[in-house]
Amino acid sequence: MNEQTIPASGTPASGKTGYNFAYLDEQTKRMIRRTILKAVSIPGYQVPFGSREMPLPYGWGTGGIQVTASVIGPDDTLKVIDQGADDTTNAVSIRRFFARTAGVATTDETGEATVIQTRHRIPEEPLKHGQILVYQVPIPEPLRWLEPRESETRKMHALQEYGVMYVRLYEDISKYGHISTAYDYPVIVNSRYLMRPSPIPKFDNPKMDNNPALQLFGAGREKRIYAVPPYTSVKSLDFKDYPFEIQKWEEDCALCGAENSFLDEIIIDDQGGRMFVCSDSDYCQKRREAGYRGKDPSAPRGNELLDDAAESA
Amino acid sequence: MYVAVKGGEKAIENSLKLLAEERRGDSNVPVLTLEQIKSQMAIAVDRVMTEGSIYDRDLAALAIKQAQGDIIEAVFLLRAYRTTLPRFGVSKPVDTAKMAIRRRISATYKDLPGGQVLGPTYDYTHRLLDFDLADHHVNRPEAAPTAPRAVADGMPRVTDILNSEGLIEEEATEPETRQVADLTREPLDFPADRDVRLQNLARGDEGFLLALGYSSQRGYGNTHPFAGEIRMGKVSVEIEPEELGFAIDIGDIQLTECQMINQFQGTAETPPQFTRGYGLAFGQCERKAMAMALVDRSLRSRELGEETTSPAQDEEFVLYHTDNVEASGFLQHLKLPHYVDFQSELELVRRLRGEYEARRQQTAE
Repeated sequence: MNEQTIPASGTPASGKTGYNFAYLDEQTKRMIRRTILKAVSIPGYQVPFGSREMPLPYGWGTGGIQVTASVIGPDDTLKVIDQGADDTTNAVSIRRFFARTAGVATTDETGEATVIQTRHRIPEEPLKHGQILVYQVPIPEPLRWLEPRESETRKMHALQEYGVMYVRLYEDISKYGHISTAYDYPVIVNSRYLMRPSPIPKFDNPKMDNNPALQLFGAGREKRIYAVPPYTSVKSLDFKDYPFEIQKWEEDCALCGAENSFLDEIIIDDQGGRMFVCSDSDYCQKRREAGYRGKDPSAPRGNELLDDAAESA
Repeated sequence: MYVAVKGGEKAIENSLKLLAEERRGDSNVPVLTLEQIKSQMAIAVDRVMTEGSIYDRDLAALAIKQAQGDIIEAVFLLRAYRTTLPRFGVSKPVDTAKMAIRRRISATYKDLPGGQVLGPTYDYTHRLLDFDLADHHVNRPEAAPTAPRAVADGMPRVTDILNSEGLIEEEATEPETRQVADLTREPLDFPADRDVRLQNLARGDEGFLLALGYSSQRGYGNTHPFAGEIRMGKVSVEIEPEELGFAIDIGDIQLTECQMINQFQGTAETPPQFTRGYGLAFGQCERKAMAMALVDRSLRSRELGEETTSPAQDEEFVLYHTDNVEASGFLQHLKLPHYVDFQSELELVRRLRGEYEARRQQTAE
């Protein structure tokens, strides 16, 4: 984010769209920035805000879009990913939205981006100081499926009453022998607030801890924003005798051979044939450019299959 | 094929083109005009304005056309437009006692000052398909005769009549200058005041309110309602610009208002009296206004010291789930790719099944 380049209040509409820069009016952005400042000051605390009705549907990233619109300036470079990939339909749609309403540069490259909006993943490439990672959050409240009432869960946070979550994890262990939460795995931020890391796979949880980038979480429909400031501790809940652990695959990425990235499973026929490829499309691409190869480097990614179909149609 | 969800920019563009083509339909059929929608699908327009919470018949008609008649999609279009509009000011409360009445009925009195005025209603139609309407050459129905005498001016509201006897609770006594909450600017907070609840219900999905109101009638938190009065007609909207110091009329809007009268046993502090449930909608949305009035009264159980045991009385349950734009978006987001989460679950289920199998073999040995 470059402070000087954010237009002052009342700056007329950008370009030909007839809307203000990055769609939201400056008063709304100011309200959201105030919310973000509060969220950064109380890491992991969900700050209510006057979420606006956006021209994209609720549940499709309206919180992330409002946060991005409030922190982005004309000199920023935006990357948008969904499931780790830049070419998933909704990522394409959101990137187009900002290209259209803010005219900002967009990129697929994690290292190039100053603002990265994401759904369900944290990029494999480590983030840098000065970058902002904006998460789209469907349900911000980590206790929601244990207690449906907002009036109750707010009290539980105030009293740091998180025993119920530990009990849930304990019940998993007693039933299955280990914690059976695979994504949306609860964390404690800055040794205080229980936080829902949006539904990223628990594979990504360790990346949140002490990260040099600013992590902002926007939940539009639920009207909440929360944050993890740079270099803040984020600890996944666990027990001494059952320490937190992340998923492992027996396979490596079929395209680039990566051993430590999160893999998508691609079904390649109806006979049970499948291949595993990096969910982070930019990371995979970079590795292949650097000469790394998996066991099936020529295999098409899912989107290429589709594009081919579109070509021939 | 699931991988098809991973589509490029081109796929989206082509989909949009296909949608535009489908919306137009057969090009040998004349294009539907906004005038036609406004005048011949007026009740759909009213619903879209009500739930879209903006009074603009032209934009609502446009939204309906753009959404191919999908009412919730039309509401969404209108809402997304509304959110960009500047706020010039807050109107004075509209005075429905001064409504230019087009319809006014009461189920609690056989006759009352001003009388019962049926107006245009589906209530007494027999629901037989009218095949004459299928023939677009028959375009002029028999003219409705004019009433022998003009509808009374300034018809008193039934609740005001009851109030003169002290049989019904007073209307909210808060001063007009109190700032009214606005859910489109500030998030919901609990416990929610009645202004917030009413705004939420007014914007809420008609189908959801209908079901909730119905549930209260079937015993899930019965409120013993009587339709004290339903009135529909035009009221004038006034604003009082600060620099002017007096109110000016900025135009008329059509409203449907429903005042439900509900039994109340009274408490140690309050004598038995009737209580109110209130419903208000743009245009001609009578079902919505009535359902809203039932749910409004149900939601007042906390304030009236009644037991809250049913869904319609539970404000967190009701207020968080009325909004069909929120609900529709979140429900349909399930179409978005979830393969990262799903992959995590797959890995887990495979592991659990492996462990299950191992245990089974162990016990078999």
